[in-house]
Order: sequence, then C-alpha cells, then structure tokens
Amino acid sequence: MAKTLFDKIWDKHVVQEITDGPSVLYIDKHFIHEVTSPQAFKGIENRGLPVFRPQQVVATADHNVPTLNQHLPIKDELSRLQVEQLIANCKKHHIELYGLGHPFQGIVHVIGPELGITQPGMTIVCGDSHTSTHGAFGAVAFGIGTSEVEMVFASQCLLQTKPQVMRINIEGELQPGVVSKDIILHIIAQITASGATGYFVEYAGSAIRSLSMEARMTICNMSIEMGARGGMIAPDETTFAYIKGRQFAPGGVQWDKKLSDWKELYSDADAVFDKEIHINAADIQPMITYGTNPGLGMPVNATIPQADSIADEGERKNLTKALQYMGLEGGKPLLGMPIQHVFIGSCTNSRIEDLRLVAGLVKGRKKSERVQVMIVPGSQQVARQVQAEGLDQIFREAGFEIRQAGCSACLGMNEDKIPAGEYCISTSNRNFEGRQGAGARTLLASPLTAAAAAITGVVTDVRTLAPVEA
Amino acid sequence: MTPLQKIQDRFVPLPMENVDTDQIIPARFLKATTREGFGKNLFRDWRYLNDNPDTPKPDFVLNQSQYGGDILVAGKNFGCGSSREHAAWALKDYGFKAVVSSFFADIFKNNALNNGLLPVKVSDAFLAEIFALDNAATLSIDVDKQTITIDSTGATESFEINIYKKTCLLNGYDDIDYLISQKEKIEAFEAQRI
Ligand code: SF4
Repeated sequence: MAKTLFDKIWDKHVVQEITDGPSVLYIDKHFIHEVTSPQAFKGIENRGLPVFRPQQVVATADHNVPTLNQHLPIKDELSRLQVEQLIANCKKHHIELYGLGHPFQGIVHVIGPELGITQPGMTIVCGDSHTSTHGAFGAVAFGIGTSEVEMVFASQCLLQTKPQVMRINIEGELQPGVVSKDIILHIIAQITASGATGYFVEYAGSAIRSLSMEARMTICNMSIEMGARGGMIAPDETTFAYIKGRQFAPGGVQWDKKLSDWKELYSDADAVFDKEIHINAADIQPMITYGTNPGLGMPVNATIPQADSIADEGERKNLTKALQYMGLEGGKPLLGMPIQHVFIGSCTNSRIEDLRLVAGLVKGRKKSERVQVMIVPGSQQVARQVQAEGLDQIFREAGFEIRQAGCSACLGMNEDKIPAGEYCISTSNRNFEGRQGAGARTLLASPLTAAAAAITGVVTDVRTLAPVEA
Repeated sequence: MTPLQKIQDRFVPLPMENVDTDQIIPARFLKATTREGFGKNLFRDWRYLNDNPDTPKPDFVLNQSQYGGDILVAGKNFGCGSSREHAAWALKDYGFKAVVSSFFADIFKNNALNNGLLPVKVSDAFLAEIFALDNAATLSIDVDKQTITIDSTGATESFEINIYKKTCLLNGYDDIDYLISQKEKIEAFEAQRI
C-alpha cells in the first residue's frame, strides 16, 4: 500500500498497538534541557528506576542560561539551581551533557542537527514544543510534556495515538527579499494558529526542495504555531550533504548503509493525505505579525485588519484584545512605525545562515540610534563560525550587540527581556502576551526584515531599503 | 494519580480564545524543580497588576468572588503554544479538575490527561450555552459515560476520550506503569532492529 513519509517512519517504530488505544512508539533520540526535565528525573527516582537507555539521551542547558559572562556563576538563584540540577542528574544517570562552557552547548534544536545527531528516519522527542525543527531532516520529531519525558526515561517509548497527516505543497520561486521565515508566517496567517491541530505536516513542492537545511529547519520549527504536532520534509541530496562529516554522523560502511535507507524516505506518489494545501511561492511577501499569536500576521506593507470587519464573534474579540495589548490600531499600516528593539536569535533563526543573511544586509551600515539590537547565536559552534567568517566585525561596526548562545529574549526566562510597552522585531517564533518579558510587544519577522528595521529604526519593507553607497 | 470518575460543580468562565500556555503560567515561573506550587502563579499576568499578588486585577475571573468551582470553561484552542506541562500542573494545583473548551491544543491535552486533569471537548454551540449560564449554575461530568450536563437545563453532550485513557483516569493508572510492564517487548523490538 502506498505510504506517506510520516507513515513509513511511524510504522517502523511501533512496538505494539493497544486495541482501541494508543501505540507504544519507540523513540530513537531524546533531547533534554534544564526546564522540563527535573520533575521527570525525580519521577523515575521515586519509582526506583534507572534511565533505560542513557546513550540515546542528549542534554544541554539553554533556556535559563545568561548570554553574557557565561564563565561566571549564574546570578539568578533559581536558574542556577535548575542548571546545577541538570548537571547532577546527567552525571547520576550517565547522560551526555553539553552544558555551559562546553564547545557544543547551545539551543537544543540548533545543536542536534549541527552535531549530526538528528538524522532522517528517526523518531525524536524533547520536552519542548519546537522539537518539530528536527523534522526538516525527514524525522518524526515532536514536543512532549514532562510526564512523557519521564516515560521515555523509563522505557525509551511513548504511548501515542497516530495523528492525521497533512501535506502543504509550495510550488514555484520566491520573490527577492522573501525567505523561509516568510513562507511559514504566510502559511500560519492563512490557516490560523490552530489550523493544523491534530495533524503532522509534510512540507513539499519545488520551493521547499530548493531551500537549504537551515531554511527548512525554520519552517519545520514553526509547525507547532499552527497547532501541528510536528512538521517534516523528505530528505534529499541537500539533507545528505548537510549531515555528511558532522560529529555524530555515520561514517564509512555505516554511511553507505544509512544512505540507502534514507533514500527510501519519501511519500509514495499515490500516497493519500488527510488534507492537502497548495501555495504558490510567488504570492508570498515579506511577513510581519501584528497580534498576540503567530497566526495574526500579514505582508509587511499591508494594513492591520479591523476588528469590526470580522464576522465571527470569538475572532473579533480576540483581535480587539490583541491590538489593545499591542497598542496598535486596525486599518493602519505597520510600515514606518518606530520600534525600540531588534532580537535576532532563537531556535527559529539563529543558525549561521541566518546570521550571514543579516550580515549581508547590514555590511557597511549602522543601526538606527533609537534601537537596541541583540544578536544571539544559537550555539557555541555558530558563535565560533561567526568569528571565523568575520561577521562579528560587521555586526559590531553596525552597532549590534553580540551575545553568547542560548534561548535569550525568545522567552524572557533569563535576564534578556524586552521592557513593558516597547516594541521588538524578533526572529523568534512566539508573539504571545509577555513572551519576551511582561508587557513586551513582539512583532515576528524574518532575519532580513528584522535587520532592515535595525537600520532604519522603523518597520521596513526590506525590498525598499536603498543599497549601501560605495 | 487519584482516580477521576465524576465531577459536579460550578465553573469559572474564561470566554477567550487561543489561551496559550505562556498565559497559563509565564516562563519566569518555570524555574522550580518540583511539580507543586504552580497554582499561585496560574494566569499570573492576567490576575495581578504590576506582577504583584497584593494588587489583583478586579476584572479577571479568578479574582471575582461570584465565580468558583472545580471546572474551568474556556474559549477554543485552549493550551496552545509551549509544551510546558507546568500549565497542567498550575491548573491542577489551583484546584481545577476539568477544563471545558470547544478545541484543545494537542500537547496540552496529553499533558492534562497525564496529570488526571480532564479536558472536555464540547461543540461551539454547547460552549456558548455554558457561557450564557449564570454564576450559580453547575455542570456534571461523568467520565465513564463520557457526558457533560448542564444541571439546570438537563442539556447533555457526550465527549470523546480514548478508551485506554479513560481506563487510566477511572482507575488512577498512568502510562508509565503500562510502559514498564512492556519492557520485554521493548527489548525484543530493539534486538530485531539491529
Ligand atoms: S529559542 Fe525559544 S522557542 Fe526555541 S527552544 Fe529556546 S525558548 Fe523555546
């Protein structure tokens, strides 16, 4: 029978099916971080159980870590305790930890792929909703809660009900100034923040095929923002070339064997999806959000929708509340609106390619005096690469501040926060109320759109930015 | 986990859509390493002015004494966003036993069930009926029969719950017990993959 990419991987990992119930699904890789793991460790210890397969677990510290002076003890006591607990737990249970000070440390969804741990055909979980990022390699990867982290610790398995599968096809070529972040913001704006709930999404089509691995990760990363359990892209030559030679990638004879397995990972031509959506790449504009969920987004040069024009009462109330929080007015454009902060980072857009994109735009320019710009590389490896390529020089000359690796201002859990009432153009994935700090107002956009705003100090259509004078 | 069979109580209405887990429990309160004590920070930024528990916002339902009960009733797409199980812990710790909505985010639903907090998915029309009730009205939820009833009108709707999960809730079992009991099968599965 014809199978989807998702089915092929799922079926290979079912240990057992429970009649009228979920399946016992085997998990190949389990990533953990300091915030969602302590209660799970405590849980298995209370039951007197060891971690069943510690070699399949990889840990890092990312959410709570400061992005300045990482060599010093963490100032915030609770954050420090959480990170120390992770160190102690990993030691006790023989789990590999890339903690602060380790050359591999970084945001969990950045380091997995860059170390070659994330591979096609795997099942991958982490107590973090953006685990969907790893799906870019043709893996079934999804976020789980802490009780489920405990289950994987105890048995390397989860009880899961098979989701439905949706395919989103994006055909054609992207316009200049449009990047992968715009593709995913466009999709979410179209289908809403809950439009893919209950589904696993496969992204396909010529526009997806032509993207780099970094760009594919940005798209899969935000699958959760439309409610999807995960997102995935069939592996191809781009995927294989990215993995080859990385730290934990298979080598020698193993590589050839894996490669031939990976080449079978695609949806069969006559596979049937529960839902399919078709999008023309040429219709996608540089995007920006104006509301308090990632579905409230629009082309950067559009006008903010008016609440009274919306028929559905719930949606109308939603929009009214969102605009009130954001201090914005329906019917007005965002272009030209002054902003105070630009944050370039997070597991959505903090990879080397994102930072190259930003550097390419800002080279020879200076940031506007009224904005603070923070660049936070996704990992220590990315940070080193930034230096090796001299991008740090470009950023410094532009007046951007470069921080050390971590989640940073993506979630306002560490010291990096946006002050109440101020606007931040952010390359992260969530614009929820208070996400970047209590009262902070977040506008989600691509690294290019964020960089353009850093230069002008206002919301800008990157396509209209004048070239640098020679 | 304590078994959950029936709930009959008043409810707290939260007629808002897309309530994300960052609102249920903001990230800055996720630094604890135990599961207890999150209830006091439930809906923290909607509940208090200037982040100060001494200045409750009078217009937020948790601060309005006319509302109370073991059931939270919320608008559609409840629990979207971050996978933090702390959201389910906070609701449970505050005292809620069930959340009623016309739509739940996937991860939240699993997290809730894994903590004996019952997500009850009803139709948009039934949800509107509940929101229209006065604050003395009570709801009855029967896990075994999979029904939710408005006691004053007798209006009833049935809700979906996977049979396996239902058995777990009714008896207070959790998934880990089951998975551990399958260890031999899991080892056999591993052996045949190599
Ligand atoms: S960067 Fe943001 S979204 Fe990504 S893992 Fe960290 S906190 Fe979560």
